[in-house]
Amino acid sequence: MGEKVTLKIWRGDAGQGELTDYRVEVNEGEVILDVLHRLQATQAGDLAVRWNCKAGKCGSCSMEINGRPRLACMTRMSTFDPAETITLTPMRTFPVIRDLVTDVSFNYAKAREIPSFTPDPSVKLGEFRMQQIDVNRSQEFRKCIECFLCQDTCHVIRDHPENERAFAGPRFLMRIAELEMHPADTADRREIAQDDFGLGYCNITKCCTEVCPESIKITDNALIPMKERVAGRKYDPLVWLGAKIGRRPRHDTPAVPGGKKS
Amino acid sequence: MTDIERLPYDVVVIGAGGSGLRAAIEAREAGLRTAVISKSLFGKAHTVMAEGGCAAAMGNANPHDNWQVHFRDTMRGGKFLNNWRMAELHAKEAPDRVWELEAWGAVFDRTPDGKISQRNFGGHEYPRLAHVGDRTGLEMIRTLQQKVVALQQEDARQHGDPEARIKVFAETTVTRLVKDGERIAGAFGYIRENGRFVLFEAPAVILATGGIGKTFAVSSNSWEYTGDGHALALLAGAKLLNMEFVQFHPTHMVWPLSVRGLLVTESVRGDGGVLRNSEGKRFMFGYVPDVFRAQYAETEEEADRWYTDPDHNRRPPELLPRDEVARSINAEVKAGRGSPRGGVFLDIASRRPAEEILRRLPSMYHQFKELADVDITKEPMEVGPAQHYVMGGVEVDPDSAASSVPGLFAAGEVSGGMHGSNRLGGNSLSDLLVFGRRAGMGAVAYLDSLDEAGGRPAATDAALAAAQAEAIAPLERAGGENPYTVHSEVQQTMSDLVGIIRRESEIKTAIAELEKLRERAVQVSAEGGAAYNPGWHLALDLRNIMLIAACVAHAALERQESRGGHTRDDFPGMSPEWRKVNLIVALDGDRVVLRRQPMKPMRGDLLALFDRGELAKYLTEEELPPAGEEKS
Ligand SMILES: Cc1cc2nc3c(=O)[nH]c(=O)nc-3n(C[C@H](O)[C@H](O)[C@H](O)COP(=O)(O)OP(=O)(O)OC[C@H]3O[C@@H](n4cnc5c(N)ncnc54)[C@H](O)[C@@H]3O)c2cc1C
Ligand code: SF4
Ligand code: SF4
Ligand code: FES
Repeated sequence: MGEKVTLKIWRGDAGQGELTDYRVEVNEGEVILDVLHRLQATQAGDLAVRWNCKAGKCGSCSMEINGRPRLACMTRMSTFDPAETITLTPMRTFPVIRDLVTDVSFNYAKAREIPSFTPDPSVKLGEFRMQQIDVNRSQEFRKCIECFLCQDTCHVIRDHPENERAFAGPRFLMRIAELEMHPADTADRREIAQDDFGLGYCNITKCCTEVCPESIKITDNALIPMKERVAGRKYDPLVWLGAKIGRRPRHDTPAVPGGKKS
Repeated sequence: MTDIERLPYDVVVIGAGGSGLRAAIEAREAGLRTAVISKSLFGKAHTVMAEGGCAAAMGNANPHDNWQVHFRDTMRGGKFLNNWRMAELHAKEAPDRVWELEAWGAVFDRTPDGKISQRNFGGHEYPRLAHVGDRTGLEMIRTLQQKVVALQQEDARQHGDPEARIKVFAETTVTRLVKDGERIAGAFGYIRENGRFVLFEAPAVILATGGIGKTFAVSSNSWEYTGDGHALALLAGAKLLNMEFVQFHPTHMVWPLSVRGLLVTESVRGDGGVLRNSEGKRFMFGYVPDVFRAQYAETEEEADRWYTDPDHNRRPPELLPRDEVARSINAEVKAGRGSPRGGVFLDIASRRPAEEILRRLPSMYHQFKELADVDITKEPMEVGPAQHYVMGGVEVDPDSAASSVPGLFAAGEVSGGMHGSNRLGGNSLSDLLVFGRRAGMGAVAYLDSLDEAGGRPAATDAALAAAQAEAIAPLERAGGENPYTVHSEVQQTMSDLVGIIRRESEIKTAIAELEKLRERAVQVSAEGGAAYNPGWHLALDLRNIMLIAACVAHAALERQESRGGHTRDDFPGMSPEWRKVNLIVALDGDRVVLRRQPMKPMRGDLLALFDRGELAKYLTEEELPPAGEEKS
């Protein structure tokens, strides 16, 4: 059996809470989530932790480990100094439910405001034809496991809840980019990306990219190209001309009105 | 009784994985008010873990593929114990269901001519699995999730309320189904966040709760797999079948211990990876059983040629159905030819260039690198079998997914019959779509018939009070045992005594152990309050885990033969007499009772898809078609 480590874990609920010390055993090859499970089984049966797959695939076990947004099931104990005290806290951007579990409903509300995939209705089942090279980019973004760690880390909302109305966060700006780059999508979301989802708030610090457990290049591959497309639309006289002669829609597909209700 | 919130719906779907979401979409598109309940957050159900792909005979990679070939492969994989009507519907409808996902925004990998790419998998004659790298389950669940959102946006525009006709209740657990006489009247449960109780009042309930992996110590399954739907169905008077058939998938990580059981996708073998023992030998050539001899290569040269010329060579034995490969690995390890950490070697490094491995198996690369410091482009992996899937489940009508209890439907892993004694890889994701949709349609038809008959069932106060008392008990009981301890003992008992290889004496010991554990399980207590308290949740899950463990053990004891996911050391052969029998599990009071039910003979036109010679390996003489009518 392995050595013991000291953990400081935030315990409490929406009202109040505090860091509590625990000493727990660690075995070879274990991750933070193993240690939390041992704690639950032996010392703190009611310690709230959200998890599901324990394989880095579902994006449930997001928390802050020594202040850094990470997945508990993919953070190996061997990456810490055995003498080090490890501090576990819930994601700071979202309201706490209990202990390490937060209320992430903000993200689901944002997802519901983005106009969905809109294929050409005349394409029949089984008749889509797309080249691999044209879907690579959308596929990169669809690797997203919705852990919301990028949302947690982005400074635009991290300590500024007042921005939450106007800013969808990197995960959902990337979702817009994914649809915009989908070869079979026919909608236009460039104007609303800027006006309704707050693309302009992003000042490309790349903090979101750094914490993404799927190593998606959120800033370089989604946000910056979206900014370029938006600028292209805003200043491209052809767009205006196109709108005049009726070949292009005058406005984007609008954001979904009732989407905000939860 | 404290306050129970009552929520009226037309249809309640328990489960937000592939089958649950597909069922809910169908019900909502028919205009019904639909609730989807899930223990985890929306988009995180176990389906998210599926890697390799979704089987559908679209014929994109090999034009010879069609539903008949898929049907044959499925029946062979299940050793002819499958409900043939389900296997038929599945093979016929899977392509449309996959294409439908594409129309809803799924972005599958492509063939050079721009169609959906398809990959090889164990037991499938042609490349058949639609896939996205090795994260196909994520693509499926995200697409269905986004389709639900699209429907909600439609309602937001039309009714000003996105949840007017379909609402997801995430982190909500159902603990009891409630009935009005014989008919389903709703589902009772608690909301994780605050521990409050809710009653979903609905005449139709669709179970889509997935599997039972957490009954075993080493399993690839997620936390959610406590057999809830199986147990809820039994407790409501429905029947389970084929519970002795539990799939032990052959390849999982064996080290580090903390990730023991983490899946290593079959795609590694589909894409060229081979199994070797400690002597470096490709041992699978020694384990091809008679029934499969005609379809599998006998030399390494032929096997290797198959990857590029499948029409003129036979398949590598590494791609035999899962039960065969799992047993072979088990035998090699037992014979002392295993790898240092108790598995065997899975080698793709020496067989494919590093770039190709990285492109086709990115999650596998990532998983081994991050969790075990192994670079799979340079060294072999160490792998071994673990519990992966349950073939057994709720007995349903193939066309409508209806159980024997009016108003109760089941689809996906919680339903039984489709996969017979062993499921082929990739056939689950397609099963979820085909029968998820059919369960939705079944519920719609049932509601129509109710409206004609007039009057919906209603839950009685007594039933509600009982459900609530049962749910609250572990919180109110002081000084009881820790639920975590009891759970881990059940898991160990099942893995040790009713695992991959079984024998009578051990199963009997397991049944006796489970009996004792059950007495302890009803006495556990949970410290803390009702809000987001995992100890309490586990205490409630234990009832289901115990019940399902007993079903598996009793059925495993009864079936005196070896077939698919049920291997009896004391009855090593496959018996044509036993093939004709389904073991049906029901509940009598709190006891599990078994009944032998004859299988319905296969329809003649389906029987005609096989050679008489092949059928003779599975069926009794009387079941065989007359020699003259043999397929030419
Ligand atoms: C690692 C791994 C890889 C796999 N890869 C493949 C593959 O490549 N191809 C393939 O075809 N199959 C694969 N499978 C199998 C396949 O993923 C599953 O069989 C399938 O996803 C099950 O889906 P489902 O819809 O039945 O249920 P799930 O997706 O498991 O969903 C169950 C749902 O029910 C909910 N639920 C359960 N109990 C309750 C309750 N009491 N109250 C409320 N909600 C409840 C859960 O929260 C969840 O939302 C794989 C399995 C594993 C473990
Ligand atoms: S790059 Fe933009 S979205 Fe990402 S963290 Fe920085 S500001 Fe936020
Ligand atoms: S983009 Fe990356 S960090 Fe953000 S939610 Fe998705 S997986 Fe998580
Ligand atoms: S538990 Fe699924 S990502 Fe950690």
